[in-house]
Amino acid sequence: MFLWRTTKQFKKEIVSLAMTNSSMKTYDVTIIGAGVIGTSIARELSRYRLDTALLEKEEDLAFGVSKSNSGIIHPGTQNPSDSLKGKLCVQGNFLIRKISKELGLDFKEAGELIVSFNEEETKELLRLKEEAEILGVPGLRIVNSAWLRQNEPNLNSEAVCGLYAPTAGIISPYRMVYDLAENAVRNKVEIYTKTKVVNIVRAGKYFEIHASTGMFKSRYLINAAGLFADDISRMLGIDDFKIKPRKGEEFILDKKKENLTRHLIFPLPSKISKGVLIIKTADGNPMIGPTAEEVEDKEDLSTSEAGLNKVLMSVRRMVPAIDEKDIIAYFAGLRPWSGNDFIIRHETKAHGFINVAGIQSPGLTASPAIALMVCDILNKAGLGLKRKFIFHSHHKKTIHLFEIPLSKTKSIIKKDHAYGDIVCRCEMVSAKEIRGAIRRGAGTMDGIKFRTRAQAGRCHGSFCTTRIMKILAEEKNIPLTGVTKRGIGSEIVIEDRANG
Amino acid sequence: MVRRDLVIVGGGPGGMAAAISAYENGIKDILLLERDQYLGGVLNQCVHTGFGIDYFKEILTGPEYAARFIDKIKNISGIEVSLKSIAVKLTNDKAVTFLRPGKLETVRAKAVIMATGCREKTREMIHIQGTRPAGIFSAGLAQKLINIEGLLPGREVVIVGSGDIGLIMARRFTLEGAKVKAIIEIQKESMGLLRNMIQCVEDFDIPVYFNHKISWIYGKDRVEKVSVVKVDDNLNEIPGTLFEIKCDTILMSVGLIPENELIEMAGVRIEGGRTSAPGIFVCGNSLKIYDVVDSVTADSFLTGRLAANYMLS
Repeated sequence: MFLWRTTKQFKKEIVSLAMTNSSMKTYDVTIIGAGVIGTSIARELSRYRLDTALLEKEEDLAFGVSKSNSGIIHPGTQNPSDSLKGKLCVQGNFLIRKISKELGLDFKEAGELIVSFNEEETKELLRLKEEAEILGVPGLRIVNSAWLRQNEPNLNSEAVCGLYAPTAGIISPYRMVYDLAENAVRNKVEIYTKTKVVNIVRAGKYFEIHASTGMFKSRYLINAAGLFADDISRMLGIDDFKIKPRKGEEFILDKKKENLTRHLIFPLPSKISKGVLIIKTADGNPMIGPTAEEVEDKEDLSTSEAGLNKVLMSVRRMVPAIDEKDIIAYFAGLRPWSGNDFIIRHETKAHGFINVAGIQSPGLTASPAIALMVCDILNKAGLGLKRKFIFHSHHKKTIHLFEIPLSKTKSIIKKDHAYGDIVCRCEMVSAKEIRGAIRRGAGTMDGIKFRTRAQAGRCHGSFCTTRIMKILAEEKNIPLTGVTKRGIGSEIVIEDRANG
Repeated sequence: MVRRDLVIVGGGPGGMAAAISAYENGIKDILLLERDQYLGGVLNQCVHTGFGIDYFKEILTGPEYAARFIDKIKNISGIEVSLKSIAVKLTNDKAVTFLRPGKLETVRAKAVIMATGCREKTREMIHIQGTRPAGIFSAGLAQKLINIEGLLPGREVVIVGSGDIGLIMARRFTLEGAKVKAIIEIQKESMGLLRNMIQCVEDFDIPVYFNHKISWIYGKDRVEKVSVVKVDDNLNEIPGTLFEIKCDTILMSVGLIPENELIEMAGVRIEGGRTSAPGIFVCGNSLKIYDVVDSVTADSFLTGRLAANYMLS
C-alpha cells in the first residue's frame, strides 16, 4: 500500500507538473538541475517547512553528468588534505550509509586498493596515506604483496604493495538520484522535467526564473546545473568561473566477469584524475575506465578507439587477465570541472543565490554532505529552516530481481505473477519492474534502462526493445512512434504501419 | 524437486528438432522450455523464403518451416511445451531452473539439451567510434520491428557488415520504401550467402562498399550521418579516403555469437561439439553458427538421438 501511494503520487506530480505550465506559484527555494547534487539538496530541504521546486531541462532526472558516474563511493583518499572536496567526501562517505538504509539504496562497501609497482610509487602511496589520514579517512593501511595475492588473486603479481581503504563502496548513481527524488516528492518537493532555464531576473526579493515551460518565482535559488552551472551563474552576472568539461570514457564488462576483482582497483593518481580504474558496480558488471580528456563541447559524449586502447593498456597493467572480448557496452560522461576544488558559496552580489558548481569527482560521494552544507548556507543567508512535523525519511526498497537470490525470487513470483514475466533476459528484468519504473517516472527507453537495467546487458536490447516499447506506450497511453530513447528527437521508430 | 527425463532449453528450430528426435529414439518424458509466447524462435520473423531447400527439398518461409515442426510436436503427448518459460540457471548435475509468470521451478533431468540459439554482435562489440543516438539497431531487431510489429525504424539506412540478416534487411527496407544508402563491409568479400548478395542487394542496386568501415557515427538524439573510410588488407584506414553518408538509421549485421552463458556459468565447457558434463548436450546455433536452418535441424536431430542413446544406455 505504502509503495503504491508513493508511486501514484510521484507519477501524478512528475507527469502533470511537467506537462502543465508552472502555476506562478512562489517558491522558497528553487534548485536548477536534477542530478545527484540537485536531488540530494532537494531531499535534504524537504525536511523543512519550505516550498521547494527542482527544475530539470532533460526529459528525466539524472540524464546529465550523473548518468555517467562511475558509482564509486570514495573513502576520501586522493584529495589534498586542506580541500573542501576532501572534507565533504569523507563526510559524504559516512552520511551515505544512513541514506542508503533509509531509501533502500544498493550501497555496498567494497574497499579499494591503490596499487604500487615500485619503490617510487610506494613513497607516493605513503604520502597519500598521510594526506588522507589528516582528512580523517578511517581504517587505512598498507598491505604487502602476500596480502594482495591472497585477497586480490587476479591482480598483477608484480604489484609490491597497496593502500587499502576499507570504507570505499559502490552504488548505482542513477538509482540513487531516482530514489532521492522520489523521497523528496513524497515530502512535497515539486519536480519539473523538460524545463530548461533560459533567463533569471532579480525582481525585488524574488528571482524570476524564466524557463522553457513557464516562469517560476523563488526567494532563494540554487545552481546545481552541472556542466551548465557557469551559464546559469552568468544570468545573474556572476562569471568568475567556467565549467570545462572533462570527458571520461568507460567500458562495461559482461556480468559473467562479476568476480574479476574483489575490490575497487586504482593506480596512483595523476595530476588530472584518479587514473584508469577497475570498478565494481552495483549492477554486478565490472567497469574499466575512465579516461580524462578536456573537451570543448558540453554535449560531446562520443567514444573512441583511442580511449579504449588507453583504458585497456592501463587496466591490464593492474589486472592482466582483462579481455577486450568481455566488453559489452561503453559510454562517455563529462565531468563538470572548474579548477581543483568544488565551488559552493552564497553569492553576496546576488543575495539568495547559491552556486554549487564544479562538482567533479568525488561529487557523488560528497553529495549528502554538500546538501547539508547548502542548507547551512541557506540558513545563514536568512532562510529560516523549521523542521516539518512529519518527514517521511524512509522509502521502501525497489525490487530488482538481478539483486536477489533465486530462492527469494521464487516467493516474490508466487506473490506477484508479473515478476515471473521476464522481458529482458540478459539482465533478468521482469514486466513488473518495467511497469514499476514507468509508474515512478521513467518516460523513455533510457529512463527504463537506468532504473531497471533492461536493455543494458550483452544483447543491448536486441531481444527486448519491442516489448519494452509496447509496455511504455501502453502505460503512457502514447503511440509506439512516440517512444523515445531519451526525449523528443530520439524516437526509436518513425512510422507505425500496423496501426496507422 | 520435479524430475524429468529430458529437458530441452529453447523452442526454436534446434530445440524442436532435438525434441522430436529424442522422442522418436525412445524418450517419452520431454519438457521443452521456450521463453517466447510461441514456438519457432527467430523463424517467426523471417518472412522471406529460402528455408527448407536442403531438408524438405522445398522453398519455404521461416514461419512455414517452423510450422512443420510445431504441428508435429503438438501431436506428441510425450513432449510437454512450456511457453513464456525462461531458463535462468543450469548446474553441471543437470538441474534447470526456469521462470514463468507465477512460477520459479527447478527441474532435475536425466539429460539436458541446450538449444538456446545465438544473438547478434552489437555495435559495442566491434567498437564503432562516435555518438550513441537512437536509430542504431541490430539487423534482427529491425527485422522484428518491421515484420512482427509493423513499425518502420527509419527512412535512410546504412548497413554495417554483410551478414545474411543485413542483406535480407536491405531488401526488406527497400520494399518498405526506405532508401538503403550503403552496405559497408570491412572485408573484401561478403560474409553472407551468394544467393542473398544477388537476390537482396544486386537485384535492388544497393551499393556495397567492400574494404570499408564506419569511422564515426554522428548525431545527438537520432543518427544523422556516418563517415566511412577505406581500409587496406590489414584493416588499417587509408588516409584521404574518408567520405560521409547522410542517414537516420544504422543496422548492425556483423555476425552472430552462440548464446552459451548458462553453460558457461555452470562451469561446463564446450569442446568439439560436446560438453564436459555427461548428459548435457548443446545443439544448433548455440553450438556453432550455421548458415542455414536446415543444418541446424540436421545437427539437432543428431543431438536428440545422442541424448536418447545416453539415457537409454
